[in-house]
Parts: sequence; structure tokens; C-alpha cells
Amino acid sequence: MALEHPWDRAAVVAIVNALKHQPGALMPILRRIQDDLGWVPPDSVALIAGELNLSRAEVHGVASFYHDFRHAPPGRNVVRLCRAESCQAMGAVALADHARKRFGVDFGGTTADGNFSLEAVYCLGNCACSPAVVINGELLGRVTPARFDDALSRLVRR
Amino acid sequence: MSSAAATTVYVPRDSSALSLGAEAVALAVAAEAARRNLNIRLIRNGSRGLYWLEPMIEVATPRGRVAYGPVAVRDVPSLFDADFPDGGNHPLALGLTDEIPLLKRQRRLTFARVGITDPTSLDDYLAHGGYRGLARALAMSGAEIVQEVTTSNLRGRGGAAFPAGIKWKTTLDQNSKQKYIVCNADEGDSGTFSDRMIMEGDPFVLIEGMTIAAVAVGASEGYIYLRSEYPHSLRTLAAAIEAATRAGYLGAEVRGSGKPFRLEVRVGAGAYICGEETAMLESLEGKRGVIRFKPPLPAIAGLFGKPTVVNNVITLASVPAILETGGESYNKYGVDRSRGTIPLQLAGNVKRPGLFELPFGLTLRELIDDFGGGTASGRPLRAVQVGGPLGAYFPDSMLDLTVDYEAIAAAGGLLGHGGVVVFDDTADLARMARYAMEFCALESCGKCTPCRIGSTRGVEVIDRIIANRERSANVELLRDLCDTMTAGSLCALGGLTPLPVLSALKYFPQDFGLPAAKGASIG
Repeated sequence: MALEHPWDRAAVVAIVNALKHQPGALMPILRRIQDDLGWVPPDSVALIAGELNLSRAEVHGVASFYHDFRHAPPGRNVVRLCRAESCQAMGAVALADHARKRFGVDFGGTTADGNFSLEAVYCLGNCACSPAVVINGELLGRVTPARFDDALSRLVRR
Repeated sequence: MSSAAATTVYVPRDSSALSLGAEAVALAVAAEAARRNLNIRLIRNGSRGLYWLEPMIEVATPRGRVAYGPVAVRDVPSLFDADFPDGGNHPLALGLTDEIPLLKRQRRLTFARVGITDPTSLDDYLAHGGYRGLARALAMSGAEIVQEVTTSNLRGRGGAAFPAGIKWKTTLDQNSKQKYIVCNADEGDSGTFSDRMIMEGDPFVLIEGMTIAAVAVGASEGYIYLRSEYPHSLRTLAAAIEAATRAGYLGAEVRGSGKPFRLEVRVGAGAYICGEETAMLESLEGKRGVIRFKPPLPAIAGLFGKPTVVNNVITLASVPAILETGGESYNKYGVDRSRGTIPLQLAGNVKRPGLFELPFGLTLRELIDDFGGGTASGRPLRAVQVGGPLGAYFPDSMLDLTVDYEAIAAAGGLLGHGGVVVFDDTADLARMARYAMEFCALESCGKCTPCRIGSTRGVEVIDRIIANRERSANVELLRDLCDTMTAGSLCALGGLTPLPVLSALKYFPQDFGLPAAKGASIG
């Protein structure tokens, strides 16, 4: 049985109420929950379904379809590494190995201390500056393992 | 404070420039100017697309804009020492921006303002010829507007290359009170960034293009479906939509025409398949991004079942220039059935990566050698993937192919969204083929079995080929599997994943442990 993570029910209710009247409301609602909370709590599915007059299966189906929607809270820092072709042509495979080794987790994993989540992403539109990485929302280009470590060390210092 | 008029300095806000430190450079320029009591006006422009020179900063001088790049924070004091606000000489000086050879050789119609204007300033847009296309469109009938687009021979720049005029005419001909314009801004192909550059560098041109489409077909509402990986695009689009609405270019009545057009940005959630138009419509309706059967065509029954024009960012952003100068002026560029210009995006292992808007008709070799300058690593070029993750891998011997939809299709590939990714001789094409299947497995919406299951089986079969387990039987199996995927998938994801796989097998058989001669016969 997985650990239950606490989540902010009032925040979800406020988001649903603010957005539920627009056409195709489910995506903007899930998007906002993901952006504000950092994940889409599986327990919020029933609440959303009730407000939108959808079945829980429909809401779960959408929440589980899209890669962006996390089902558990991420680590304090989120590192997203592009694994697509252009970045591969510029050393992304070695960079991915470096990142996995450094964090001791594979893509989709979070370090045991909860400090870092490592995620794969397929194209950041930064292909002219490959390989690309996003650290806590900040896009970095031409990332070598050394530059990667440097960016992380600046985080830790902060 | 200096009493002299402010000098205008441009530091890009384009996300790739930011990824190379443009924000810190902008702050350093402002701080250094303040320290020296110099009066500067800092404008955060889009990128010119010359990414090997980013962060590239420019200064307005009486001679024209002068460029410097690539600029790091540590270069900023010496730039001021060299009197860069007056266009002074410096080791990073690139001369007049307009005279930079690889910019000058381009034919910028769609990207005419990108890198030049302040992307969120409507005044700047108007001062640089913006909204002239709409002004002309508002004096025409819907059918006349559609005719201009048809005359231009503009084809969908998202990848499918379907004639935009025909799509628009289909929607125009529908008798419906409610119609929609949907902009596909889910630019998911690796090696492409032209949509992003438009949205970050000249969002008004996209808004104008969508407004013209709306006026043409009688649509009152529009959506831009933007991928979540583009947060900077979201900010510039939101600012531009707000400015356009305030000035009456969007809203209840477009410029006093009596025609309403409201525009909203919807952000996706990291699903590549939502770049397929029907999956995108499902997602906009708040559902899983599962593709729809066609027919009905979205032009007849699209978003919420209503007639909908779905076009890519570049297609729509090309429309204002077409309406301003006429379809024939656009049609005069290009070759055969590929008319006008295409923003080619050169990426991967290349010395000068960037965006080059050029008329169709140059060769891949001209693009990669003349513009790209060869590989970044200096090693021999081994392969080029054209058209994103569903495009073919071509060897060096095929680079004399012309950039032209039909020519590349005839060679077994696709031009797609205009992305070209270069690989040097360290690339392992068996691994790239495996990746193509893996990507398909990851991104399949699950509707068609050959795509959903076949892609996973494809990874396994390629693994067996690489491991030399019954290699020749598994090569046959892979070809069978690709055949099933091609024939049995509704959309391009399952249907075209075989392109990179089979082209890798055909042109680079040795990477799969096959003799070169045998591999050649496999294709």
C-alpha cells in the first residue's frame, strides 16, 4: 500500500469552481491542478468528476493519459532531460547516464531524500542548442555533464 | 544622467537564447549602462535564429542595427569599453545585422519581423507592416480571401502539406452558426522550433493569421493548442492577445467589422499524439488525446462537432503576408508543387544550427554545408533525419535531394515540419531505429493495435537483431511488422514510424550487424 500524500482539497475545489464552466473544462482544470500543486492527487478524481458531471473513470482516463500529470508529488527539485533525436546527436545519451548515476535513480524516479526527481522529456524546442535540460522550470542549452553538475551545485548552494 | 537620447539595445528573450544565458546578459548590460551613466532602452526581442551566435545582442545606430555575439556576461564590460552603444568595434562584433551573410541569403516572409520587433508591442508590430493583411481581408468577401490563399498554393506546414485553401474552402462552405479556428502549436518533433520562434518572436503575426482565417470562413472563436514545454510562448502569446483585444483587433468586433473573434490559448500536457489534429480536438474537448476516424473531416465536423479549420502555427503565420501582397506574390517562390518559403530548422550535430527561411528548392547539402557549416564535432557526417521522429534517415550520398515535399516523399522520406537533424559518424542507426519504435510505444494513443502493440514488439525485434539472435529471420519479421503498422494505423504516428526504422535498416545495415550489400537489397 503506497503512502497517502496529503493534498490541498480547498485549492482543488477553488480551481474546479473557477474553471468548470468553460467548454472542455477538464483539461484546463487538470492542468491548473498540476501547475499549482505539482501533481494531480488521485483522490481528487472523484471530486472533479462530481463537479463536472463526468464518471470517475472518465476523469481518471484523462489524468492518466497525459505524461505531464503526476500521480504523486515530485521531489523538491525537478530535473527534466530531453532524450529526443537532436539531443541524442549531441550527447544526450551520455548525459542521461551521467544524470542517472548522479541521482541513483532512473527516469521517473525521485531520490530517497526527496531532493530530486529525474524526468525524461521528448523535445523542448531547444534543438539548436542541444542537448537540453530543464531544471525547476529553467531551460538550459548545450549541457555537458560538467555544465549539468555546475547547474545543480548552484541549486544546492541556494 | 546623460542627457543624450536613449540608445536602443536588443537582447533576445527567445527561450533558446535564454538557455544560453541571455537573461544574465540583459541584466549585465542594464547594470553596466547604469554604472557608466549611459541612457539605454533595452528591448527584449525574438531570436534571428542564428543560434551559434546567441546570445546575440544588437544596438540601433544611424547606420542600422549592429550585432555582437555570442555574448557572455563577462564580455559586457569590454563591449562598453569598445563603445558598443555606438556600434564600436569589438572581437564579438558581427557588423550590420542585415549584412550577416546567412541572414541576408534568406527570404524571410513569415519570419519578416522575428528578431526585429519587440514581440509584445502592438505599436511595433503595426510600425513594421503588421495588420495590413487583415485590413485588406476585411475589405474582401470570405470567398475572395480563401481564393488568395488558394492562389498562394500555401500547404500545411505542420507536416501533412495539405493545401490550406482547400481546407478553408471546405469550412467556408459549411452552413453552421458556430465555426472554429484551431491553431496547432503542439510542435513536438525533435529538431523543430519554428513555431516556438514565431510565438516568442512575433506572436501578433499568428494572431493576425488566425483572425484572417476566422473572417474568411466565418468563425467566431479560436483556440491555440500550445504544448506545455513552451512556457515562454505562453507568456508572449498571452501578452499579445491581451494587447490585440484591447486595441479591438480581437473580441466582440474585429476592427469595427461587425465580426467577432475571440482567441484563447489552451496548454497541452505532454502528449506527442496531440499534434495529430483529431487527437488535438479531443484534448481541447477535455478528453484523452485519442485520434478520431476520418471522415468526417475536422473542416466539416471538428471541435465540439462544428466546422473547424485546424492549421499549424507556420501555416497561419504565413497568411498575413499572403493577404498583404497577394497569393501570386507568395506563389512565385518555390519549385513544382512546393510553393513559397519554408522555415528550415537545422539542429543536432551541426556547426551553425538555426532557422533559415528559404524558398523551396535548395538541396539538403546546401542547407547543411552552406548554412550549417558541417558537423559541430568536426567528424564526418553520417546521417540526417529529415522531418522529425517520423522522418527517414538519409545517408550523405542522398543529400543532393531537393527540399520539396514531393522530391523527399519520392525518396522514401517526408519533409514534415521542416526539421533537419544531423548526426556524425558516432551515431548508431540501429539504436536510432530502436528509439523510433520506443518513442512510438511511449506516445501511441492506443487506438490502433499495430501502433500500440507493434511498437513494443518492434523494440523487442530490433533488440534481437542487434543481439544477433536469428538475425535474418528477425529482419524479415521487422519488415513484416513495419508493413502492418504502415497499413493498419489510422494516423501518422503508427503509420510513419516505419520510415525512420526501415530507412536506417536500408542505408545503414552494418549498424544492425548486416552486410552492406544485403542491407541494400532489403529496402
